[in-house]
Amino acid sequence: MTTGAVPRLPSTPFARTVWMVLRKDLTVEMRSGEIAYTTLFFAVSCVLIFAFALVKEGRAPDGGAAGILWIAILFASTLALGRTFERERQAETLRALLLAPVPRPAIYVGKLLGIIALLAAAEVVLLPLVDFLFTARLFAHPAWLIGIVVTCTIGLAAVGTLFAAMLVRTRSRDMLLPVLLYPVVVPVIIAGVQGTSALLQPAFDVAVVRFWLLLLVTFDVVFVVLALWTFEAVMSD
Amino acid sequence: MSEAARPSAALDFTDITVDEVSRSFGRRRALSRVSFRAGQGQILGILGPNGAGKSTLLGILATLLRPTSGRVRYGSLGDTQGASLRARIGVLGHDLFLYPELTARENLEFFAGLHGLPEAGHAADEALDRAGLGARGDDPVSTFSRGMRQRVALERALIHGPRLLLLDEPFTGLDDASASALVARLRDLRRGGAILIVATHDLEIADRLLDHALFLRDGRPAASIAQPERLRATYQDVMTRPLGGAGS
Repeated sequence: MTTGAVPRLPSTPFARTVWMVLRKDLTVEMRSGEIAYTTLFFAVSCVLIFAFALVKEGRAPDGGAAGILWIAILFASTLALGRTFERERQAETLRALLLAPVPRPAIYVGKLLGIIALLAAAEVVLLPLVDFLFTARLFAHPAWLIGIVVTCTIGLAAVGTLFAAMLVRTRSRDMLLPVLLYPVVVPVIIAGVQGTSALLQPAFDVAVVRFWLLLLVTFDVVFVVLALWTFEAVMSD
Repeated sequence: MSEAARPSAALDFTDITVDEVSRSFGRRRALSRVSFRAGQGQILGILGPNGAGKSTLLGILATLLRPTSGRVRYGSLGDTQGASLRARIGVLGHDLFLYPELTARENLEFFAGLHGLPEAGHAADEALDRAGLGARGDDPVSTFSRGMRQRVALERALIHGPRLLLLDEPFTGLDDASASALVARLRDLRRGGAILIVATHDLEIADRLLDHALFLRDGRPAASIAQPERLRATYQDVMTRPLGGAGS
């Protein structure tokens, strides 16, 4: 039997919980491939349709590539966020996570990193695709591009993970997630589009790119801190 | 599980006291002024029809829900102890809290790790042996029968050596052999000093298992009976009489 005279139970550190939740999510996704394939399929379809509609005689409209890239990522992220938490709801494993004696914000960070990993995998395919279809020269300044993409993805995923967790027990979560998420992440997406557009200008202005990148970093810090602060309360009842 | 994996005695408790607990969801009152006490080495049954408030009560005891009024005491500990308290509570729900894509061993290792067990792999191996599933430990849980999943889920709920084990409709979907094995395991746990609270409406299996039965009707305590016998007849009597006090 498991309950008798008992020595000390080691407390589970925050980082260890984050790692366990992330590793579990990635293992489940590698086995099923469900979210990665549907997200990627959706995002690629989106880019292809816009490319056929907007690119005429090899010329895309100004700023089109940046807008299409982030629209595709935004829509794909909504799909990934919904499915990630739907998976936790189906066998009520979210309750088991919440019952564990771990800091609940660590569960949030683990889920957040899993979403970021999934979006990063989609972006690895989307960036060259947009570059090719829109003849956009996205990779002319790779360090700045990585900065913009990483910070915009973190901002989007930080809010999305919190909202998806909040809505997991509501009946109309599929409808409510974009309704709640999009107004909040519009500033992040605008900064992402503007930062990416600035990278594509013939006369590259580093000050403009730096401005949008700093704005994205600010959004990330604010959103992640707010999410960490509120996650325990949001999931408690 | 290994001795080193067990939680601190400092956080331990030997009884649970529920005092006038009510819980509302918006304007709907799911539980109304429920009180009881359960001690070490006891099996308490929460009995009632669907919608009686059994799962809500278990959610409160598991610290997943807060009571709207009233309070729950775990020995001398209040329900605000958070993670320290959760380390001594195990829950087996009707949904089994297992990831179907992961193997039984991976599931058990994951939850052992979350509970801070220093040798999660070893704890998972021991749990698989207790479940009689050592040979199937590397198979995904999605390939298991309901009975096998239930055995893994029970070991998941017990892997950290909880003092309080909460079971929500644990016999649903089990064949006779699996249900008998679960009853035997619950009796073992009772002998080991656990506090077991079982919400069920499966009266045939619960008969002769319970040390105490609390009958709920529309979220209100309808009766509380020690050493209940002839559970079905008692249940029908309690559920048809007018609601008054909760005495036996």
